[in-house]
Amino acid sequence: MSIFVAVQSDDFCVASEYNELRRQSGCGAIVTFSGLVRELSDNQLHSMTLEHYPGMTEQALTAIAEQAQQRWQLGAVHLIHRVGTLKPHEQIVFVGIASPHRAAAFAACEFIMDYLKNRAPLWKKEHTSNGDYWVEAKTSDQHALTRWG
Amino acid sequence: MIKILFFAALRERLDCEQYLLSCDGKMLQVTDILQQLQSRCHSWQQELSRSDLLCAVNQQLVPLSANVQDGDELAFFPPVTGG
Repeated sequence: MSIFVAVQSDDFCVASEYNELRRQSGCGAIVTFSGLVRELSDNQLHSMTLEHYPGMTEQALTAIAEQAQQRWQLGAVHLIHRVGTLKPHEQIVFVGIASPHRAAAFAACEFIMDYLKNRAPLWKKEHTSNGDYWVEAKTSDQHALTRWG
Repeated sequence: MIKILFFAALRERLDCEQYLLSCDGKMLQVTDILQQLQSRCHSWQQELSRSDLLCAVNQQLVPLSANVQDGDELAFFPPVTGG
């Protein structure tokens, strides 16, 4: 089982990550997730800045990937989160899972995103036509954790 | 010394990124430190009393009942919103 975690300002290439995951032996399934900067309904989002806690973010993401590895039979986990200022439609986060079977890959991918949204020290600030606003945490994200026991 | 870091909206509202606290070699509870920080001024009192305040000691999430000692890195921040 291999874990790759990166916190970076540079963009990532889904195809490159996917091709890396394909090289994992014994795996018949790959599930990937990409999170993007979403436009606001009134088109007023100019950009978004992602702040993080350097060092702790990498540790938290690695710990989440390790928890997923303990719960499911996985071949590889790639987890990339970008920081800095991003524009609408830009990529924020990538989760890629290679596993012997699809059920584990789907579940691990959702598990990792649910935990990332509640445990990784990252914060979004939106820059809009009406000013700058820190994004508030959603209770729905907190509730999402309950399904994992 | 205990290094205290603040992040995101909390850092902006306190207008403080880092704060050094002398602990004279004593083991302290995070809640004791919070009380000291809250006594600095009204805005610190308000911001550091929020029920959703999160805390990390040496880069691990911990409850406010955790202990800290000389040389530790303590961080306070609002609920996270990555992903």
